[in-house]
Amino acid sequence: MINTIWIVLMAGGILVAGFQCLGLDYSSAEGLVMNPSFVPLTVLTKGLFDSAKASVNLAMGLIGIMALWLGLMKIAEESGLVKLFARAVRPVMVKLFPDVPPDHPAMGAMVMNIAANMLGLGNAATPLGLKAMQELQSLNKVKDTATNAMATFMALNTSSVTFIPATVIGIRAAANASNPAEIIGPVILATGVSTTVAIIAIKVLQKLPKYRMPQVDVEVEGKEV
Amino acid sequence: MFQGVINGVSAIAIPLLILAIVGHGWYKKVKVYEVFTEGAKEGFNVAVRIIPFLVAILVAIGAFRASGALDLITGLLSPLTSWIGMPGEVIPMALMRPLSGSGAMGIVSELINTYGPDSIIARMAAIMEGSTETTFYILAVYFGSVGVKKTRHALPAALLADLAGIIAAVVVTQMVFG
Repeated sequence: MINTIWIVLMAGGILVAGFQCLGLDYSSAEGLVMNPSFVPLTVLTKGLFDSAKASVNLAMGLIGIMALWLGLMKIAEESGLVKLFARAVRPVMVKLFPDVPPDHPAMGAMVMNIAANMLGLGNAATPLGLKAMQELQSLNKVKDTATNAMATFMALNTSSVTFIPATVIGIRAAANASNPAEIIGPVILATGVSTTVAIIAIKVLQKLPKYRMPQVDVEVEGKEV
Repeated sequence: MFQGVINGVSAIAIPLLILAIVGHGWYKKVKVYEVFTEGAKEGFNVAVRIIPFLVAILVAIGAFRASGALDLITGLLSPLTSWIGMPGEVIPMALMRPLSGSGAMGIVSELINTYGPDSIIARMAAIMEGSTETTFYILAVYFGSVGVKKTRHALPAALLADLAGIIAAVVVTQMVFG
């Protein structure tokens, strides 16, 4: 699916820009008028290069934060703090991730990632999330395919379990909103809806034959027949 | 008072977490400095590993936006969105939110500046920003970092959640501020 979307975005963008080079004007009084120009394509090309450059800058900016959080996570791991933290929310996590052993480092990293997300600390959450994915991958038997645990973790992440949307509150405050923080209540409500839908969707969809994990459930099928 | 508490929580969260980690490490007699640097070494590798995925996603979105294709889709969708109470001005936000975090942040800032922070359009965009995530970016980076190519049900489930989050943001905004 990501392949299709990528092609649609790429080719769609280029074709639309190409079409705009014709400069068709329907609103003109003399009917259809053409003002051909290459400007839309040069704008597109510049946009492509700018985005490519921006993505590397973004990754470079991440190195320091990554190093900081992975260093701290290592301490938390060695001291046993991650285990303590994961144990506190074990009942919920065990229900959501039946395939991950409760004491596995993956559980700890996922808990910390979700806690950082809840506080609106997106930059802090990313390295923790990537760490969690590495740990989940160590439990994965088919390395190029997402496990149920990975998909569930991604659904929790993309549905944004936010309690404090710090950045957007900051933007509102800078623009002199009468009450910048007034959006917190609505955000918690809306994010609760999206997270609930995410969990229901992931648990329903993972049972569909189309999305079944290859090879892993062979044994179970044998018993049932 | 309420803002003070919220600002306080945001300001305290990271330092408190660091203090707890370092303090607990010290209490458990972990060689904190050495262990920290050992873990931090991985930071560079992780950041460099995600570059190809970042380039692929940001360039495709850049092409889509720079070509005007995004505006085209916005025009097509506006009859549909007005039915659920979403003003046409918010549509680019709803479309950009799952694709690009910086793009969506740009749109929110733009809407706040154009219509004022207390307008229903700016409030709706801000609530959408807070209650949804950059799905494509997260899936590409997270799955990419461990080399998973077949993402199974992760994308459809995440997109359903995004749709629910966007509709919920519209409905809640209309209920509270409409």
